[in-house]
Amino acid sequence: MDSPRQMRPAGESEVRWRRRVIARRRAWDWLFGLVGVLALVLAASVFAALFSEMLVAGFRHLSWDFLTSFPSRRPADAGILSAWVGTTLVMLVTACVAVPLGIGAGIYLEEYAPRNLLTDIIEINVTNLAGVPSIIYGLLALGLFVYQFGLGQSIASAGLTLALLILPVVIVATREAIRTIPQHIREGAHACGATKWQVVAHHVIPYSLPGILTGVIIGLARAIGETAPIITIGALTFIAFLPPSPFSDPHRLISFDWLMAPFSVMPIQMFNWLSRPEEAFQQNAAAAGLVLVGMTLSMNALAIWIRYRFRKTIKW
Amino acid sequence: MNLKPKRPAPASPILALVCGFAVATPATAAAPVIRVDGSSTVFPITEAVAEEFQKAHKGNVRVTVGISGTGGGFRKFCRGEIDVANASRPIQKKEMDDCAKTGVRYYEMPVAYDALTVIVNPENRFVGSLTVAELRKIWEPSAQGRISTWKDVNPAWPAQKIMLYGAGADSGTFDYFTEAIVGKARSSRGDYTASEDDNVLVRGVSGDRGALGYFGFAYYAENRRKLKAVAIDNGKGPVAPTPETVENGTYQPLSRPVFIYVSEKSLERPELREFVDFYMNNAPQLVREVKYIPLPARAYTGNLEHLAKRKLGTVFGGQSEVGLTIDELIKREAQI
Repeated sequence: MDSPRQMRPAGESEVRWRRRVIARRRAWDWLFGLVGVLALVLAASVFAALFSEMLVAGFRHLSWDFLTSFPSRRPADAGILSAWVGTTLVMLVTACVAVPLGIGAGIYLEEYAPRNLLTDIIEINVTNLAGVPSIIYGLLALGLFVYQFGLGQSIASAGLTLALLILPVVIVATREAIRTIPQHIREGAHACGATKWQVVAHHVIPYSLPGILTGVIIGLARAIGETAPIITIGALTFIAFLPPSPFSDPHRLISFDWLMAPFSVMPIQMFNWLSRPEEAFQQNAAAAGLVLVGMTLSMNALAIWIRYRFRKTIKW
Repeated sequence: MNLKPKRPAPASPILALVCGFAVATPATAAAPVIRVDGSSTVFPITEAVAEEFQKAHKGNVRVTVGISGTGGGFRKFCRGEIDVANASRPIQKKEMDDCAKTGVRYYEMPVAYDALTVIVNPENRFVGSLTVAELRKIWEPSAQGRISTWKDVNPAWPAQKIMLYGAGADSGTFDYFTEAIVGKARSSRGDYTASEDDNVLVRGVSGDRGALGYFGFAYYAENRRKLKAVAIDNGKGPVAPTPETVENGTYQPLSRPVFIYVSEKSLERPELREFVDFYMNNAPQLVREVKYIPLPARAYTGNLEHLAKRKLGTVFGGQSEVGLTIDELIKREAQI
């Protein structure tokens, strides 16, 4: 492009020439900004179009009854109680497994692991795993969790499957976040006599947490919409009861029977309704879609709130 | 850099509490659960029965219904993971062998009829009926690239491009249609819009003047305004798909029975016996409600008699069969 060293045409004054060059660069600046805005508008309007179509189709059907009813063959009676409870519990298991494991693995790889061929191979594999189609995880989980570990077609199996699915995303995000912490902070802490663990616990984790949480959000948002691996491990389409409550057993403070309960999830319920002949079920599916978007947004809101709290405490 | 002592992360104690489930305890038996899985075609019927059955038992017995296809359902059934398999075709030889290996024995119970319906766009004025030979001409593998307009099928028809919509290759509908029309299961031309989701086919045919498609009767019944059903001529004059023509056996060869298979071992549990009784007693009404064609009452009582007399197994011998009328099916089932 035009650099200041470019030849000045003879007969043009220095000032005029410089102004011309600057004006041209401003035009490029402006053009790039325009392209960026267009890209943003395109992405946002696609989402807005999809969402508003869903809103128009499903809003009328959205009611308290819809949230508290079980599925039914009659579209007007059908609800999503078992589906949203199933999704919530599966996501809970997923988050509880994927977040500590993913962050732990990321921290180890970034702060503790020596740089050698083995860690390079692990690094490449983790990055590759993030791109593996989700159905593959479903097949792996069917063999491993459902049959080998004998977890059956349960919430635990589904949660672990989705945890595997998003683990690479969390690991990669954790490592990226840790890399943004300047080296002098670690050195400063070490200089004050902190041990490796103290450096990690007091500095590395809190400072990288906002970035880690972004990765966790992306991972969980992907997991909540997954259908293929969940169908593979045997999620149900019609289920008109809830998993046992954790407080149902009088002999234990908290019982974990719900982990082994059969379940359904929101995307499967939507998929089933979309494939029904009755038109009214299509509206149910749209309403369920609205609820799913709402669940994703509130999950994200929670993560953003935690991130905000942490950002406030960081003062470099 | 601020070196003030870090206060504890607010999220960590909550996380620790919630995540403290590392040791999962096995499920204690609460209300008994009846597990059903299999064909998506039979799903609406079993779902309706399950819904009413649970209402009748006020939640003391639980029923779950999954969709994993007829083949997937039999796989789970033969492994003993489910109590009842939904099937849109009789059990096949290989599946019989699988069940024999694991010692799963079963009762075969036809529960309803479905009419595969051939449909065209409502704007199509020239096609009122099609013979089986014409359908074969359209759908056989050698038609690919050769039959591309309606004129190619019948010279009296206009040279309008014929756009085909049909079942995806994983469905029992595809197996049955190809066997009934082309004469060989899973043998079909490939250049058509295939979908496992029948609503895609409904939309396709209703938006395309030259279209022809096929799918289960329920999808036609729900979309009558957007579609036109074609009468099928099997050599005895054109017959339109209606519940009556299926019941009297004249809508041929595209009428097919759908089944449930019930595991003998599961029937030792009283709630499963109750479920099957409930299924057979309420099927006539519920099957009609979900737009399938119920069998005559004697077919359902026949199923229960098999149960009482412990008549296990299938009457199809692992073969698929087309063009079986309801009467023939009942006679056949009685011979077990």
